[in-house]
Amino acid sequence: MLGGEAGVGVVAQVPHLQAPTVDYGAIAPVLIVLGAACLSVLVEAFVARSARWSSQVALTLLTLGAAGAALGVHLYSFAADGRNVVTLAGTISVDGPALFLWGTLLALGLAAVLLIADRSVEPGGAFSADAAVRPGTAADRAQAEGAVRTAETVMQTEVFPLFLFSLGGMMVFLAANDLLTMFVALEVLSLPLYLMCGLARRRRLLAQEAAVKYFLLGAFSSAFFLYGVALLYGYAGSVSLARIAEASAGSNRPDMLLFCGLALLMVGLLFKGSVGPFHTWTPDVYQGAATPVTAFMAACTKVAAFGAILRVLTVAFEGTRWEWRGLLWAVAIASMVIGAVLGLTQTDVKRMIAYSSVAHAGFLLVGAIALTAQGLSGTMFYLLAYGFTTLAAFGVVTLVRNADGEATHLSQWAGLAKRSPLTAAVFAFLLFALAGIPLTSGFTGKFAVFSAALADGMAPLVVIALVASAVAAFFYLRVVVLMYFSEPAIDGPTVSVPGAFTTAAITLGVVVTLLLGVVPTFALNWAALGAFGS
Amino acid sequence: MSSEVSSGGGLLLAMLLLPLVGSVVVVPMRSAPTVAKTTAMAFALAELVLAALAWSAYNPSGGRLQLTLSIPWIPAFGTRFALGIDGIALVMIALISVLVPIVMGSSWADKMSEDRTPAGFYALLLSLQSLLIGVFVSTDVFLFYLFFEVMLVPMYFLIGRFGGPRRQYAAVKFFLYSLLGGLVMLASVIGLFVVSGNRLGHGTFDWATLVRIAGSVPQSTQIWLFLGFFVAFAIKAPLVPLHTWLPDAGAEAPIGVGVLLVGVMDKVGIYGFLRYCLPLFPAASRALAPLVLVLAVVGVLYGALLAVGQSDMKRFVAYTSVAHFGFIALGVFAFSTQAQAGAVLYMVNHGISTGMLFIVVGMLIARGGSRLISDYGGVAVLAPVLSGMMLLAGLSSLALPGTNSFVSEFLVLIGSFPRQPVFTILATSGMILAALYVLWFYQRLMHGPVRGAAVVGALEGPGSTMAPEAAAQRQRARFPDLSIREVAVLVPLVVLILLLGLYPQPVLNVINPSVGATLTEVGLSDPVVGQGGR
Repeated sequence: MLGGEAGVGVVAQVPHLQAPTVDYGAIAPVLIVLGAACLSVLVEAFVARSARWSSQVALTLLTLGAAGAALGVHLYSFAADGRNVVTLAGTISVDGPALFLWGTLLALGLAAVLLIADRSVEPGGAFSADAAVRPGTAADRAQAEGAVRTAETVMQTEVFPLFLFSLGGMMVFLAANDLLTMFVALEVLSLPLYLMCGLARRRRLLAQEAAVKYFLLGAFSSAFFLYGVALLYGYAGSVSLARIAEASAGSNRPDMLLFCGLALLMVGLLFKGSVGPFHTWTPDVYQGAATPVTAFMAACTKVAAFGAILRVLTVAFEGTRWEWRGLLWAVAIASMVIGAVLGLTQTDVKRMIAYSSVAHAGFLLVGAIALTAQGLSGTMFYLLAYGFTTLAAFGVVTLVRNADGEATHLSQWAGLAKRSPLTAAVFAFLLFALAGIPLTSGFTGKFAVFSAALADGMAPLVVIALVASAVAAFFYLRVVVLMYFSEPAIDGPTVSVPGAFTTAAITLGVVVTLLLGVVPTFALNWAALGAFGS
Repeated sequence: MSSEVSSGGGLLLAMLLLPLVGSVVVVPMRSAPTVAKTTAMAFALAELVLAALAWSAYNPSGGRLQLTLSIPWIPAFGTRFALGIDGIALVMIALISVLVPIVMGSSWADKMSEDRTPAGFYALLLSLQSLLIGVFVSTDVFLFYLFFEVMLVPMYFLIGRFGGPRRQYAAVKFFLYSLLGGLVMLASVIGLFVVSGNRLGHGTFDWATLVRIAGSVPQSTQIWLFLGFFVAFAIKAPLVPLHTWLPDAGAEAPIGVGVLLVGVMDKVGIYGFLRYCLPLFPAASRALAPLVLVLAVVGVLYGALLAVGQSDMKRFVAYTSVAHFGFIALGVFAFSTQAQAGAVLYMVNHGISTGMLFIVVGMLIARGGSRLISDYGGVAVLAPVLSGMMLLAGLSSLALPGTNSFVSEFLVLIGSFPRQPVFTILATSGMILAALYVLWFYQRLMHGPVRGAAVVGALEGPGSTMAPEAAAQRQRARFPDLSIREVAVLVPLVVLILLLGLYPQPVLNVINPSVGATLTEVGLSDPVVGQGGR
């Protein structure tokens, strides 16, 4: 106890602080990731340059493995007793959805870090050796060439600690049980991402523009989020999700605060999930960032954002669903339509996948607003399925290159099947998965999400979603047509032989996409393991 | 949730897997075309043997579904890997198994452009065969949907990679039409799942269970679900006005693929009406039958009129098929045993006679190098056997008594008349148009003096100075009659045309009980025909 009998007056006036109890076993995965992130900073500072890359890669992989193991241990006991752990003074809730999404994040993070670590596809790595060099100068050109691996042209490894911080932030974000924790986690996950976007070795101006754009818009959305938190605090007198739910149930407080707060909060969350019409950053950032970072963002940020959306809507706002659901219907429709229609006009493969991700965000939202057990598990399964497919797709994008780096213009992909049948086949498979053809995870996910939505009485939304899928299928098909049915471009790109890391990442993505399409039972059962606890 | 396998259940699984294994075996044989072709043919013949075994194992007076096999698959979706056949499915898989070796034989000497190998072509054919078999043998709606969608993929590549000059356009149009239909159907499939969940407490896709509860679903719900399935099947069948993809796809597909497209894949639509629309939504089927009948009769007349006007031989065959599909749909929705049995027999007969017409047209095109009717004339003089085969296929197509189609067309018409006299009379006038388009087509190609750019050659105009005998010699060399391989390909079809024309009873014995059961499921009995009856 603080104070003491003759305690100083100031201390005595403060209510006695009690150290919150911490269930270390439950939050071990987060602690491991964040701890390793700090360690990784030290590695960056103290390990000799020649050994840095290998130690960082080893550390990151080890971290993911250890966090996965810790998650497995907790999951084992969770599967036995189904007990939701709310720890750290009620700020973190380790429940069924959090555990599933943590597992998803760690698995996707593993694939993403494999892409990030690869140094053979792009000689010296996809990241700039010296981010401070001004674009367009001789030094910049020298490091972009990267033909000779010298100390000056080998990539910097600060991307690894950034990656770990971001991943840790995502894990906290989707498990946060109150809005303030959620906000802090939002910043922890976002700030490293802004930086990572600007680190690309090639096309530095584009990358830096993307980073600035992402940062500015992200800062705006954080402000929206925070404003929403403030209004909700004004309404409920607490930032805890459970308190907000209690307050909104049968009180005569002004609803204005509640719904304005919710709206602002959702703007922040939908922005992170790149749901249209809050998607405007997505194509530019996806295009500008180094492709491994894009892959990480596309897969993992979506998981985090939708994890948080599901939690906020289910835990805090389920009681008022009939008031806000109409608006989210409109957002979901807008997202699907924007993604599908604007995707048609794209000529850059990364932008195309970006718009596809906007359309998929709309599909995810359809499942998320169902607010049933089915909707929850379906949406989470979709996140897992979509994450792996899109990661592998970006992995393939890193392979198709010409002298200037990645050849992302669609016309350069013409006749790819002739030059490298395997790459084309893999990409075609992934595109069919994104289009939702059966026997791929894309179909299983769509089925899970749409059946939940239909069971919850949202038939018109499901029909619109299916029509949007058909429209979106057209631009996936267009790439297949280019790769398989068109004659090769004369000075078309070559396909790099992927190094072990990229091969492993793509293989992982393809195998998961296939397995979740053919035998999804295990993942579906896991996703249905538990509900949110608070 | 355990596996259930009836005696002979493994047979269907073997039929499903054998071509798939074949395609995997054939794919690597890129550098050995002859080996690839022979291996593929061996697999197709083995499949034919399995089909014969299935035919002998099927007991026409036995249960509704036979040779069943059911393995738990995705419990969360209430779906099982369930196979089984009734008489209708049996004749369809027999048709597939007969047509695939013939198609392979007819494509044996096709020339491929440089990066397209016979190994790829034959592997795609085998995987298409496997998926088509899957469509007909699945007894779980989810599984059916899966095969229904996935079979688009090999067909898409077959048209897009191996087709004619406008193959890209045709392949994409085909895929998008079918995918749109499929996605609309997916909405209904999910709806079915939700409805069954409401009735039974747990959603199921088991066809037999769904048929049992079909009667208790309100008519308005049935109509919505029916429409979803109907759109998909009407696109596939195709019924006017959703037919426009067929002439393009049929004209651009390689001949062998066109045979499977028109001969088998389109039948999936009609089969879907019989197996899914009618039993699962009886009230909706009865209520909406007039709509379908109108489309059917419009198809008969419109398809026939357009066939008369075609200048391209392959499009001609495609439009004759549109007319035939109108007849078949009339038979299905006239709701009498005779008409439906006629419709099922018609599906088989159309596969045989239109398949043969397609193949003969392909042989003509292979000689003349042009698809235009006007480029040919007087071919009968140069290639009498070819011309005889064309005549037989044409006569079978216009349902001359003694050929197979006569039996089925006659059954459809007499079966439909008691319930739908007006539609039947209108459709009968389509028979007259059929005689017109077939005979005129034949006459322009085969009779009269030798003429036309494809036959005479562009350089030897009428003013040619060559001696008549020498000119005739050259034309013969240019326009050889059928080779032994080509005759061998056509003989089985000729035998089937005559056999089914003179003695169709064995096939009808298999079809009749299943058709009777279907009619019971719709809740109708045969109309009583006036004095004398049958």
